[in-house]
Amino acid sequence: MSNENNNTISFYETGKGIFSWIFTLDHKRIALLYLYSVATFFLVGATLGILMRLELLSPGSDLMHAKTYNQIFTLHGVIMIFLFIIPSIPAVFGNFFLPIMIGTDDVAFPKLNLLSWWLYIIGAMFALSTLLFGDGPADTGWTFYAPYSVKTGTNVSMAVLAAFILGFSSILTGLNFIVTIHRLRLPGMGWFQMPLFPWALYATSWIQVLATPIIGITLLMIIAERVIGIGLFDPALGGDPILYQHLFWIYSHPAVYIMALPAMGIVSELIPTFSHRTIFGYKAIAYSSMAIAFIGYFVWGHHMFTSGMSGDARVIFSVLTFLVAVPSAIKVFNWVATLYKGSIELKTPMLYALAFIFQFLIGGLTGLVNGALATDIHLHDTYFVVGHFHYVMFGGTGFAFIGALHYWFPKIYGKMYNEKIAKTGFTFLFTGFNILYFTMLILGIKGMPRRYYDYLPEFQPLHVIATVGSWILFTGLIIIIVNLIRSKRKGPAAPRNPWGGVTLEWQVPSPPPLQNFDKKPILSKKGPYDFK
Amino acid sequence: MFSNSSNFVQGVDLSFAVILGISVIFLVGVTFVMIWFVIKYSRKRNPKASQIEGNNKLEIIWTVIPTILVLIMFYYGWMGYKPMREIPENGLKIKTYAQMWSWSFEYPNGKVSDTLVVPVDEPVILDLNSRDVIHSLYIPAFRIKEDVVPGKNNKMWFIGQETGNYNILCAEYCGDRHSYMLSKVVVVPEAEYTKWYNDTVSSDPPGLAVMKKNACLSCHSLDGSRIVGPSFAGLWNKEETILSAGKERKIIVDDEYIKKSLYNPGDDVVKGYPQGVMISYKNNITDKEITMIIEYLKTLKH
Ligand code: HEC
Ligand SMILES: [Cu+2]
Repeated sequence: MSNENNNTISFYETGKGIFSWIFTLDHKRIALLYLYSVATFFLVGATLGILMRLELLSPGSDLMHAKTYNQIFTLHGVIMIFLFIIPSIPAVFGNFFLPIMIGTDDVAFPKLNLLSWWLYIIGAMFALSTLLFGDGPADTGWTFYAPYSVKTGTNVSMAVLAAFILGFSSILTGLNFIVTIHRLRLPGMGWFQMPLFPWALYATSWIQVLATPIIGITLLMIIAERVIGIGLFDPALGGDPILYQHLFWIYSHPAVYIMALPAMGIVSELIPTFSHRTIFGYKAIAYSSMAIAFIGYFVWGHHMFTSGMSGDARVIFSVLTFLVAVPSAIKVFNWVATLYKGSIELKTPMLYALAFIFQFLIGGLTGLVNGALATDIHLHDTYFVVGHFHYVMFGGTGFAFIGALHYWFPKIYGKMYNEKIAKTGFTFLFTGFNILYFTMLILGIKGMPRRYYDYLPEFQPLHVIATVGSWILFTGLIIIIVNLIRSKRKGPAAPRNPWGGVTLEWQVPSPPPLQNFDKKPILSKKGPYDFK
Repeated sequence: MFSNSSNFVQGVDLSFAVILGISVIFLVGVTFVMIWFVIKYSRKRNPKASQIEGNNKLEIIWTVIPTILVLIMFYYGWMGYKPMREIPENGLKIKTYAQMWSWSFEYPNGKVSDTLVVPVDEPVILDLNSRDVIHSLYIPAFRIKEDVVPGKNNKMWFIGQETGNYNILCAEYCGDRHSYMLSKVVVVPEAEYTKWYNDTVSSDPPGLAVMKKNACLSCHSLDGSRIVGPSFAGLWNKEETILSAGKERKIIVDDEYIKKSLYNPGDDVVKGYPQGVMISYKNNITDKEITMIIEYLKTLKH
C-alpha cells in the first residue's frame, strides 16, 4: 500500500482557495467550474422562460413591452444554446469522466482545457454586458437573421461577438477530446473497448471542431455589416439574406447533434448500469453516433423550406432529414432491447434515462413532421417547432444532463443524494415539462406562430395550460437543486461503486484523487459492459 | 382538419394523418414495450440479468423497417407539397408588399388594399415583396406559408374554395410589432369580388391614401397615441427635439423636414425614438405624393 498514499487524498484537498480553482489544470476541477457556470446560466435562462410564459398567460400587454419580450426570448435562446446546452454535457461530464473512463489521469491538453473555460466566461460576460449599455440586449432571436439583425438598434454586435468567443471555447474542448481519445486510452483499451459515452463525445467533438468555425465567420460577417456597412446579407446594401441562413444553419444544424449526441452517450451508460446487464448492440450504437454526426452535416436546408429555396433543393434536404432519423431510431431500439431480461432498478438516474427515451422519441417524431415538406410549410416558425426542439433539447439533453448529475453525484462529491426527494423532483419536472411542451405542439398545429408577444384570443386556453406547466416544471427544478445542494452538505458518504457500474470510473475512490486512479484499473477482456 | 378551404388542405392534411399516425403507433409501441420490460424484468422479479450482447438479425430488421417507414412519410410530405410549387400561368396576380408591420395587396388595376379579397374558386398568385426585413405570409387555414424576402421575388399561390374570412399572420420574426402584423383573406363569390374590385374611388383624402398605400400608419397613429414612431396628430409646425448625427437640436416641423424624414430618415432622428426602424421612401414616394402627405398632415390637429 505504500505507493498509494499520495493517491488517496481527493482532488478537493490538493489545493485551497479560489485561485487553486480558477487556474487549475485538473480536468475534474475544470469540470466543476463548468458545472457551476452552466447551472447558473441554466437557471437564468429558465427564469427568462418563466417570464415569457407569464406574459403569455393572457393576450394583450401584461408584464412588459413587446420589445422587452423580444429581447427576453433572444437572451433566453442565446443563454440556453451557447451558455448551457452546447457546453453542458461535454464540458461538465466529458471533462470529468472522459479521462477516467478511458483510464488516464487528465485530458491531452490541460492548459487548453483551462483556456476554454476562461473563454467561456469571457464570452458569457460579453453576452451579459449587452444588458448594460445602449439599446439593451439583442432583439433578433438567437438566430440573428439578416437583414433584421443588421438594421435593429439593439446590441447585436456584442451578442454576436459573445457567440463567436463561445465558439472558440467549444472548439478547444472538442479538439482536446479528440486527441485525448486517440492518444491516451489505457493500454489494452481498443476503440471497441471504449464505453459509449466516450464514443458519443468523440463524434460530438468532430462536429465541434469542423462546424463551429463556419458560425464564427458568419457572425463576424454580421459585425462587419453592422459596423462598416459592407453588403453581405442586407439587400439594401447589395447582400443576400438567404446566404446568411445557409451559413447559419450549416453550423447550427450539426450543432443540434453537438447537443444531442452526448446525451445519447449518457443514456447508453445509465441503461446498462441500472439494468445490470451488458448493452444490447454496442457496435450499432457506436456506429450510429458516427452516422448521425456525418449525415447531420447535410440536412441544414430543412430549416429553410419556406425561404424560397428551389423546389429540388427542398426535396433533397427533406429526404436526407428523414434518413438522419434512422440511426437515432436504431439507438432507441437498442436501449429498449437492453432492458430485455435485465434486472432493472428504478433509481432516479434510470427514471431520467427512461424519460429521455420517451421525450426524445416525441422530439424525433415531431422532427419528422417538420422534415416532411407539406407539413413543414404549415408548421414552420410556429409553436410546433418550439415544442419540437424543446422536446429534443430539454426533454432529451436537459433530462440526460440532470440524470447524469444524479448518476455521477456520488462519484463527484463522495456523498449520496436523497433518493425520495430526487424522485419527487423528477415527477414534477416530468409532469410540468410534458404539459408545457406538448401544449406547444398543439398550439403550433392550430397555427400559432412563434416569437409572438401577443396572440389572437382563440389561442388563450392552450397558452394558460402551457404557463401552468411551466410552474410545475420550475417547482421540480427547485426541488432537484435544493436536494442536491443539501445532499452535498449532509448526505451519507458514498462508496466507490454505489450502483454496481462496470465502467472504469467506478473503480476509483469517490471523490477521485488528483491522479484519478489509486490502483491500476482492471480492464475486462469482454468489453466495457461486462457485468458477468 | 380535413376542411376544404384551399386546394392544398386535403393533401397537407393527408400527409399529417399518415405521418402523425405512424408516429403515434411508434411512440405508443416503444413506450409500451419499455414499461412492460421495466415491470417484467424489475430487480425483484428478475434478480439475475441475462447478458445478451446483441443480435444482428434484429439490427437489420430495425434498420430496414424504419428506413422504409420514413421514406413513406417523406413521399406523402412531398406529394402534399408538390402542387404548391406548380404555380399556374393564369390567375389573379396580386403584388403583395410586406413591411414592418403590415401587409398591402396591390391589384392589377392599381387598387391597394390591406386585406386580401379574392374570388372563390379562382387561382390567386401572390408576388411577394418586402420593403424592409424578412417576413413570412402565413395562412393557417390554407396550410400555406412563404417567406417574403427583401431583394428576392418569392411567389405563392392558392385557390380559395370556400367563402369566408381567414387569418393572415406574419410567421418570420420582424421586430417589435411582429405579432400585430395580421390581416385577413376574404374569399367572396365572383360577382361580389368584381364589384369590390371595380370600386376604386377612395373616400380618403389623397394624402391619407398615399400613407395607407405605404403602410405609414402601422408605425404612426393619427390620434396622438404612440405606436413605434411619433404620432402624426399635431405634428405640423410642432417644435421637435431631434438628434442629428448624435447632436441634439430643436427644429420646427416644416416641408423640408418632412421630406428629409421620408427620404433620409437616418439623418434626423426624433429624440426618444429608435433609429433605423423607418426605411427611406426615396424610391417609393414621389415629390408630388409628399406634397399630398403634407397637405393632409396640416389638417391633423391635436
Ligand atoms: C416601421 C415603422 C415606420 C414606418 C412604416 C414609417 N415610419 Fe415614420 N418614423 C418611424 C420612427 C421610429 C420614427 C422616429 C425616428 C426617426 O425620426 O427616424 C419616424 C419618424 C417619422 C417622421 C418624423 C416625425 C417627427 O415627430 O419629427 C415623419 C414625418 C415620418 N416618420 C413619416 C412617415 C411616413 C409619411 C411614412 C409612410 C410613408 C412613415 N413615416 C413610415 C417609423 C416608421
Ligand atoms: Cu413580419
